[in-house]
Amino acid sequence: MNEPDEDAAAETAAASPPAGLSRRGLLGLAIGGGVAGLAVGAGAGIAGGVAIGRARAHADAQPVHEFFGEHQAGITTSVQDHLHFASFDMMPRTDRDDLISLLQDWSYAAARMTQGLEVSASGAVGGLAEAPPDDTGEALGLPAAGLTITFGFGPGLFENEDGDRYGIAALRPTGLERLPAFLGDDLSPQASHGDLCVQACADDPQVAVHAIRNLSRIAFGRARLRWSQLGFGKTSRTTSSQATPRNLFGFKDGTANILADDAAALDDHVWVASDDEPAWLAGGSYLVARKIAMLIETWDRVRLAEQDTIIGRDKGEGAPLSGGDEFTAPDFGGASIDANSHVRLAHPEQNEGIRILRRGYNYVDGNNELGRLDAGLFFLSYQRDPEQFITLQRRLSTDLLNEYIRHVGSGIWAVPAGVKPGSYVGAELFA
Amino acid sequence: MTTFHRILGAVAATGAAALVLSGCVAKSDVGAAAAFDVSSTDAGCAVSAATAKSGTLTFDVKNDTDQVSEFYLLAEDGLRIVGEVENIAPAASRTLTVVAQPGDYFTLCKPGMIGEGVGKTAFTVTGDRVAVDGPDAEQKKAAVDLYAAFVKDQVGQLVPAVEDFVAAYESGDDETARALFPQVRAYYERIEPVAEALGDLDPRIDYREVDAVAEGLDWTGFHRIEKDLWVPAQDALNADGETPAWQDWAPSTPAERADFGDLLLADAQELYDYVHSDDFTTALEDQGIGGISNGAIALLDEVATGKISGEEDWWSGTDLYDFAANVEGSKMAFSLVRDFAAAQGDDGKTLVSEIEAGYAALEESLAAHGSLADGFVGYSELTEADKREFTDLINALAEPLSQLTGTVLD
Repeated sequence: MNEPDEDAAAETAAASPPAGLSRRGLLGLAIGGGVAGLAVGAGAGIAGGVAIGRARAHADAQPVHEFFGEHQAGITTSVQDHLHFASFDMMPRTDRDDLISLLQDWSYAAARMTQGLEVSASGAVGGLAEAPPDDTGEALGLPAAGLTITFGFGPGLFENEDGDRYGIAALRPTGLERLPAFLGDDLSPQASHGDLCVQACADDPQVAVHAIRNLSRIAFGRARLRWSQLGFGKTSRTTSSQATPRNLFGFKDGTANILADDAAALDDHVWVASDDEPAWLAGGSYLVARKIAMLIETWDRVRLAEQDTIIGRDKGEGAPLSGGDEFTAPDFGGASIDANSHVRLAHPEQNEGIRILRRGYNYVDGNNELGRLDAGLFFLSYQRDPEQFITLQRRLSTDLLNEYIRHVGSGIWAVPAGVKPGSYVGAELFA
Repeated sequence: MTTFHRILGAVAATGAAALVLSGCVAKSDVGAAAAFDVSSTDAGCAVSAATAKSGTLTFDVKNDTDQVSEFYLLAEDGLRIVGEVENIAPAASRTLTVVAQPGDYFTLCKPGMIGEGVGKTAFTVTGDRVAVDGPDAEQKKAAVDLYAAFVKDQVGQLVPAVEDFVAAYESGDDETARALFPQVRAYYERIEPVAEALGDLDPRIDYREVDAVAEGLDWTGFHRIEKDLWVPAQDALNADGETPAWQDWAPSTPAERADFGDLLLADAQELYDYVHSDDFTTALEDQGIGGISNGAIALLDEVATGKISGEEDWWSGTDLYDFAANVEGSKMAFSLVRDFAAAQGDDGKTLVSEIEAGYAALEESLAAHGSLADGFVGYSELTEADKREFTDLINALAEPLSQLTGTVLD
């Protein structure tokens, strides 16, 4: 949550492409600016000028998150208000070079957009009149809005029914495979899986959507959008300064989440360690996404005492039913917390100390054809090992809450470590 | 990835005068000129040889018919024009000069300047590729001339095809008319942006019922006839998914059929007259190669917005024919400007190879569902996965293609 000065931000973003950006990226991003070499060679200067357009608004103290670093941003980053999450499949006929060039181009664009810059130096209005602009333009004049862009690699990227398309099958982490079937799953292929994922979080929904839209456009011909999800009203907090938000059941969610300043818990439960397998994923994590539809109308007819029993906490304060306040540890010894309440089944104390970092969002996708809200929780969690999620989810098979939810989407991705300046996300895979 | 080399852009040719052409090739390091004699007769198009070495070729075309005639050298797909001479008066001779690259071609004459032509014969060029290094402006002029020739050729085939189609429709031979419908439209779909530039002509020829109603126009043209030929069920809905098919509509009476048929024919003739007018030539020349490039883009947009959703040929389900013709027309226009893009350094070459790979992938996908010659499956037979694949491939092609105009004008 640093606040880099504008020129530094511009130079960081613009200085990286010559080293990492592919020829393909130059074409897509810089051709509109005329001669590609010129656009990149003069990148810092041009970007400095562009920065005025979007970075000026930093004055209102909106955070800017560094794209480069030890870990990818968007995991421990203080949870932003809005989400646009997208899952992509690689296109048929693509090869290893296409994948690498895509990751390079995405990294370049993400490095710029997270700093509040347009997607390329010529941007939305600085290119040729005779060519479509590189940047789609709807974020012109908006600040970075805390944008983070986090990339992940799904099981199918390493190997699918077409085989080892990119020469990385041997590098697939053992645990990176489709999640097993869980009781109550009603998964839709239209909201599940994918070779690649991009999590864009920002405090302004337009900034998050702008990021996914432009990354999708850059991907055309190499990767195709498989599904995407908008989210709002963060349902977790990752810093102690954030108040615990509420999900669409009206309950506080994420009270016991792992926080950004708890380095020991992050090392134990979230980051893949350097002596974990595989070595290339060290400093990374595993991301699980679950689209969990809520039967809103049914839930809203449940009496308050029953709602409290199902969750195991009181609705007003979020305190465990065993007493105290929100941050009091629940006491599962007595009869006050039901054995099948959500809080008990999901609690580390009942799961050999297993914890995960949750980062989910509420969603409302309009309504279904029956006139019911198509709403729920877009659950996102980061963990050091997929087994953490699998164990917890199995534990929830008797959850009283299951009567009011359906898991309709699912995906898992390996999230590589942070990007080194001048490099690109996932470069370790192709070393 | 598949790449395919097209010779068109590298070929200097014009229908107008050999004088211009000699300028185009003056600086070229090409093989010695080889000369061929062509005799255009009522039923044939005899060329003195069927093979040549790559380099500058001249065809001396003698018109032995009593109508104005034309001579074409076509690319291996029999569609794209490599070079042509037009307006050869009876008993007169004119010369076509082209720089021909190795490959398979067809020769063809078109007495009367209309229809499919006669005497289509394979013509093979062997040897090495030859470099063409003419003055840029002349090459651009040649590209515009070739695009004009392509448009005239398509409209020239459209008119007699519409005549046959309308004759069947007006006489109540619906089976024949249904078979002709998608084939006739292909000539129009390949050059649709030209007609769309004419204001009221495209609405009369090609508006769907929902469009005409929305704009308060009389509904005429191909799609009016289409609904007569594929009469909807009583409970069917129109393309808006809401309006009953039979609301404010009834099958045309014979008298109405005569009106709609004759109007379509008159409109096709109007299009023919326009593309053979100085206005058309001037408009094309004003737009230059940017106009051709934009035409390539516009045709692909047609596919992306109308054909992929099956809204174009709502009653007949022949959308894939239109789709294929749009892609052919787009590729033809691209092929005329590809060398100008390829000349813009490595980025230009990359752009060209991406566009070519995009066309190849899209063509391959289309071919899995049929062909213009042998027919396509109906739109309703496409699965959601098929439509998704088309959409992805169009995105993959359209994104680099959208950079073409900016690149060739750079």
